[in-house]
Amino acid sequence: MVYFMQLVVSGLALGAVYALTAIGYSMVYGVLELINFAHGTVFMVGAYIYFMIVTAFPQIPWFISFILAMAVTGLIGVIYERLTVKPLRSAGMPPFAGLICLIGVSTVLQQLMFLLMGSATKQYPLFFESKVFRIGSININMTQIIIIAITAVILCFLLFFVNKTKLGMSMRAVAQDSNAAELMGMSVNFVIGLTFFIGSALACLSGIMSCMNFRGIDISVGNTMAIKAFTATVLGGIGNLWGAAIGAFIISFAEVMTAGYVTSNLRDFSAFAILIIILLIKPDGLFSKKVQKKV
Amino acid sequence: MLAIKDLNVAYGHVHVLWDVSMEIEQGTIAALVGSNAAGKSTLLKTIAGVKKPLSGQIMLGDEELTKLKPAQIVKKKIALCPEGRLIFPKMSVYENLKAGAFTVSKKEMEAGIERAFELFPRLKERQKQMGGTLSGGEQQMLAIARGMMCSPEILLLDEPSLGLSPIFTDMIFDLIVRIKEQGVSILLVEQNASMALSVADKGYVIQMGRIKMEGTGRELLENEEVERLYLGVN
Repeated sequence: MVYFMQLVVSGLALGAVYALTAIGYSMVYGVLELINFAHGTVFMVGAYIYFMIVTAFPQIPWFISFILAMAVTGLIGVIYERLTVKPLRSAGMPPFAGLICLIGVSTVLQQLMFLLMGSATKQYPLFFESKVFRIGSININMTQIIIIAITAVILCFLLFFVNKTKLGMSMRAVAQDSNAAELMGMSVNFVIGLTFFIGSALACLSGIMSCMNFRGIDISVGNTMAIKAFTATVLGGIGNLWGAAIGAFIISFAEVMTAGYVTSNLRDFSAFAILIIILLIKPDGLFSKKVQKKV
Repeated sequence: MLAIKDLNVAYGHVHVLWDVSMEIEQGTIAALVGSNAAGKSTLLKTIAGVKKPLSGQIMLGDEELTKLKPAQIVKKKIALCPEGRLIFPKMSVYENLKAGAFTVSKKEMEAGIERAFELFPRLKERQKQMGGTLSGGEQQMLAIARGMMCSPEILLLDEPSLGLSPIFTDMIFDLIVRIKEQGVSILLVEQNASMALSVADKGYVIQMGRIKMEGTGRELLENEEVERLYLGVN
């Protein structure tokens, strides 16, 4: 039982990191029906931006560095959307043109980071003392506590923002029918920009926490995350924010339980096996709801 | 008064509206009738700022609206209820109404919802239901109610009777007259020419993107060519 609970703690921390990235995928797909192939790279870029801030200005309090890194990464998201996706959208190009373009954005960002930071793995700074706490017989370290706490706060904030604020409503409206949203006086371009900002900022946060968890960073850290978070998004029902978050925890638990009880060589296998099984039973994902449009 | 002067609109190389001019007086209903693909919806989209014209002017009193964006047009108290209703299917009736009040204050929004429920009691009964699960007639009511949420002075209605049963069609036209009685000007685009002209103070007939006839609703209803082309009379 203790061993199982230990795995649950690991699963929660890993799932929290996946969830923040998966929500970014889901948000962009929700408003543009476009899979953001640059998202995994933005995860890595965001983590590096935090690394650069704390390395260059170690005296800045940690939460300011967090906010700065998230804001800069969010702005990068807005800029690449404006420079690449928006012109294609305005020209009436189909979504796959945007998708190819985002693969290009991903490559450019990755190469830029390679030029700036090199390919060597670097030790990732922690803003807290690395301690291990014992709750009963279960060990939980400071990084895990911080990851779970920050993700819980962010998910509550998103829940409030999307459902209770005017901007959140405009995001839901654009996701459901951008033409109608425009007629209500909502700025579709602003909402899309905001979506990329929030999605990228969340990817940054996820990147920082993931690199803290593994204590290292290199330019490939976004690659595996991209696949896992995207899998979580599809599993939960792409376009559904809470589906993406729950999908993330299903994937993380599948991974840690397989690694813990079977063998760690099969951890990725189990995550994708679950995805395949669920998609066979429910092709739109676990939490997608189709509302019939009446004519 | 909303005045449209010599409006020309094209989709790429396809010229859709040719020198269209019309006027909608305050507190009146103007009906625009014509067959499919005559350019009726394009005209409404152009007024609403969704489509940019090649030339011509759209004036609200002394103010030019021609180059404004849809959000700016809504702020000028002009609302479009589009063809196909375009309600938000995964939002409740109440949330759809809130979305319609995006440009107004919270106080105005609450007053608007009260007004909407007074005008459409059926929507009050279904306020928690998802928009996508309403019947076609109820969705049309919701689309009109949502359009009314920004307290418009001019309401643009695109085919409000499309796909509705005769009972719902009567109900919708009855509502249109009641909205006009509240002082709202209405530009009504309809294929159901007889009903549209019967409630209209002024009517326009559009053919192949050009205004071919205009007159009072009654004059057009009694016009032989209109009867032959649009009212199904041989």
